Amino acid sequence: MSRLEVVKTGKLWIGGDWPRSESGATFVVENGKGETVARCALASRKDAREAVEAARAGLPAWRDATATLRGQVLYRAAEMLESRADEFTASLCDGGEGLAAARREVERSVDRLVMLAGWCDKIHQIIGCQNAVAGPYHNFTIPQACGVVVTFCPASPALLGMITLVGAAMATGNAVVAVVPRAAAMTGVLLGEVLAVSDVPKGAVNCLTGDIEPLLEPLGGHREVAVMVSSGLGKAARTTLRLAASDGIRRVHTIPWTGTDWEDDGETCSPWFLEQFVEFKTLWHPSGV
Amino acid sequence: MTSAESRTVEALTGSDWDYSPAPERTRPDIASEYGLFIDGEFKEPQSGKTFATTNPATGERLARISEAGEADVDAAMAAARAAGPKWARLKGRERGKYLFRLARRIQECARELAVLETMDGGKPIKESRDVDLPLAAQHFFYHGGWADKLQWAFAGRNVRPRGVCGQIIPWNFPLLMAAWKLAPALACGNTVVLKPAETTSLSALHLARLLQEIDLPPGVVNIVTGAGDTGRLVASHQAVRKVAFTGSTEVGRLIMQELAPREIPLTLELGGKSANIVFADAAIDQAVEGVVGGIWFNQGHVCCAGSRLLVEESILEPFVAALRDRMAQLRVGDPLDKNTDVGAINSREQLDRIRSLVAAGQEEGAILHDAQTDSLPEKGHWFPPCFFTGVQPSHIVAREEIFGPVLAVMTFRTPEEAIRRANTTPYGLAAGVWTDKGSKIFEIARRMEAGVVWCNTYNQFDAGSPFGGVKESGFGREGGLHGLRGYVR
Amino acid sequence: MHRPVDAVMLARRAASFTRRSIKADSKRAGLRLAVSMLDLTTLEGADSPELARALCRKAIQPIPQPIDPPVPSVAAVCVYPRLVPVVREALLGTDVKTASVATSFPSGQVPIDTRLAETEAALAAGADEIDMVISRGAFLAGRFDEVAAEVRAVKDVCGDAHLKVILETGELGTPDNIRRCADLVIEAATQGADVPDGAVFVKTSTGKVSPAATMPSVLLLLEAVRDHFRATGVRIGVKPAGGIRKSKAALHLLVMVRETVGPDWLCPQLFRIGASSLLDDLARQLLWTSRGHYAAMHDVAVT
Repeated sequence: MSRLEVVKTGKLWIGGDWPRSESGATFVVENGKGETVARCALASRKDAREAVEAARAGLPAWRDATATLRGQVLYRAAEMLESRADEFTASLCDGGEGLAAARREVERSVDRLVMLAGWCDKIHQIIGCQNAVAGPYHNFTIPQACGVVVTFCPASPALLGMITLVGAAMATGNAVVAVVPRAAAMTGVLLGEVLAVSDVPKGAVNCLTGDIEPLLEPLGGHREVAVMVSSGLGKAARTTLRLAASDGIRRVHTIPWTGTDWEDDGETCSPWFLEQFVEFKTLWHPSGV
Repeated sequence: MTSAESRTVEALTGSDWDYSPAPERTRPDIASEYGLFIDGEFKEPQSGKTFATTNPATGERLARISEAGEADVDAAMAAARAAGPKWARLKGRERGKYLFRLARRIQECARELAVLETMDGGKPIKESRDVDLPLAAQHFFYHGGWADKLQWAFAGRNVRPRGVCGQIIPWNFPLLMAAWKLAPALACGNTVVLKPAETTSLSALHLARLLQEIDLPPGVVNIVTGAGDTGRLVASHQAVRKVAFTGSTEVGRLIMQELAPREIPLTLELGGKSANIVFADAAIDQAVEGVVGGIWFNQGHVCCAGSRLLVEESILEPFVAALRDRMAQLRVGDPLDKNTDVGAINSREQLDRIRSLVAAGQEEGAILHDAQTDSLPEKGHWFPPCFFTGVQPSHIVAREEIFGPVLAVMTFRTPEEAIRRANTTPYGLAAGVWTDKGSKIFEIARRMEAGVVWCNTYNQFDAGSPFGGVKESGFGREGGLHGLRGYVR
Repeated sequence: MHRPVDAVMLARRAASFTRRSIKADSKRAGLRLAVSMLDLTTLEGADSPELARALCRKAIQPIPQPIDPPVPSVAAVCVYPRLVPVVREALLGTDVKTASVATSFPSGQVPIDTRLAETEAALAAGADEIDMVISRGAFLAGRFDEVAAEVRAVKDVCGDAHLKVILETGELGTPDNIRRCADLVIEAATQGADVPDGAVFVKTSTGKVSPAATMPSVLLLLEAVRDHFRATGVRIGVKPAGGIRKSKAALHLLVMVRETVGPDWLCPQLFRIGASSLLDDLARQLLWTSRGHYAAMHDVAVT
């Protein structure tokens, strides 16, 4: 007699907790063959609001941690990811990827995280600068975290896409609300579980799974959100997002990458990409005795 | 006279010595009518419409300005698009040389342009002469030098121009804002359709004359004058590949909404309600100067004006006394007088707005302290420098951008309270911190939600220093290396 | 009380006064005002009685040519103690004061008893005003009490004679030091006595050290004096000296006085300018404003 499998229901990750959706709704995650793999919590507007609040609360602990420490936490996450490679591979296969491709994606994702971990305490040196002004002033420009960043993650590549967006936001000191579409939901849940055991402060990263459209307005219009990064959203969704963001003059970045674009370290880990997750602050001080 | 007599204490005489009028005599060559600057030439507007521009200090009409309609903006966009490929292909060094040349011509015409700016906009000649013009020239000079160095500005990337840029600028620093917009766009190989503010078109149109003189290829810069409708045509035009706007948050929001369906990169430099934080351990006399310059520079028509003063409670009384004494020294009046510190309010509309916000402040119970008003000219738009005490953070004068010479004074007791109060605003353009303590400066500056933090100084600007805000003060930077980023892809 | 100063923003404010445009009537009045505030000075080893007499003549009537309205006399003639009797006699019957440097000018590097004795001698010879130097070395070494004590001692010797205390700002190194020193000197000179307005001056420099009366250093003294007035109601005088050679610089000083301490200080009882060649330039400017053509040096330099 075969054993009845214990099927996991993926939950949301908000403020370090793992709630089911406030709405109680779930959805079925199917593999490529149309078989039910798992169930996942379907994030509601209220969950979106809770996630933003949690991110805002979690921001100081992450943003104000030393860059060295943040790098170590991200590296720890890479270690945890590597140790659960098989699980992620299986999850990607469930999403329809071939085994070899899935393995490559997991490896790339681990390496991507290592690369981003290394950026934490170096990015300032690349994109900040001292400015020679015409007067007796010391003047310099530094990147600082924007605050709460919402990342609309792509359905594919599920892991590499989410790692890149969330990792870049984290490397630059932001708190994140990751929104993961149905097709990538279980991978998103797993990644949340990895981050949860990697010394990421509570609320610094939050994960919502389910349908994106209903969340565009509540997230885009939430005035605690500083930046939205969208990947894989259609034109109508991007318009909705930008309209919502106009209320608070919030930044909306569209990531144009598809398919193998995500594999290019030169683009995805470039300072020019990371720049989208920072605000530049210019300081002046007189210089004289 | 004996020795003893000569040593008796004499009565003090003092002196009522004051400054005689010192009018600037230079007069720029102002035409009676100005066309639209399209494809290298001044053209009659196809709209057939014109409007008057006046001197806000006297009410005198200076010239008639063309109002660009849809066909005019189309023509300007077509010219910009047509000029694009050749301009973009031009070697960086050659593009840069046009900017250097322009910088030189601006320096050579600085006096006329300064007077023009003052006549059209109402700002004191002292400021247009010593601030606006030198900085405008510096912007072109600075960016001229970037044109052939973009491969190092963006290491590891092969950057290209975006194409046609729609740029809309405000009336508070008309020529300087034109320089902020044009210089980086041109250095990066873009072509431009620029729309000045309707009350201050003249300096941009005189800049167009200089563009002709330096033989800038036709169509690289086009200047369309008009009001909000013209601006909307520019921002929403199908030909634009980049929009840069400096102005109110309200209009910035409309532009975001207008462009929401499109992937058009935006630079928005919007409103502010910046805090100037003065700690008890600050260099007080310099802090007073910083507060004065922070709010009363350019009649307070400054997006980054330090319009909220947060003073440590223990020094409130002497600080306010010093501020009142200092305010009394400000000379309000004829903007063309070289000794004028505070000029005319730019427009009737703006004057009405300032008056209504000040009235609201009084109604809410804040205490108004204003400078002498008896000598204000009869004609023109005037508002004396003033400040409010007894202000609560929830008061209108502490929250709304007044864009006038009106300061709201509040207090704090601890650094945490100062930081919280400073950041309690939807805006995030600038902040000022005054303390003699280095570690305090860095921590406060780090925690200011603002794009520019002036420490022990205020209202400093430089072509090489990135400027721009966070939150509802907009996004993107202008000036410096970071200002180039909006103009490449 | 320590009052920190930011050097850059101080210089910026000081420079702002030089952007004022003083024309027409205000220039004519300002030039006359500047003349009336002059401490016409000669402090050279080669000074002679004859030279001192010529200087006094010039002090009484700064411009030999008739000019309308008339040009006032200068405030004082400032010399070494040896020449005090000569100056005193030459100025007899006029409003021009006899000022003497003392206390081992310009270095102050002799024992305090000798410096006090020199002060007594200058007063006995008829000086109305004493320009003393402080021990900059003691100040820079942090011996503030020593500086306060010497100022106090000289003030006591002076009695009713006016005392100008030279800080030698060019040797103090920083604006913080200048401000601290000015506060210290004012406190010491006014301590425990009912000091009339203008009986005590703070003065920038000896004229023997460069930089001397820079705009920022004068501004610091004015601010110290203003704050003392705010706190006590007592008006201390200010005297920039050294390096002020052009009329324009003198007018800039008047602008700074007007906008920092107010019009009360625009009089010789509270503001002096220590200079020598400045008077020639003031005279040339005055001749120009009244006659419409530029005077030559030989028209005015009559010492």
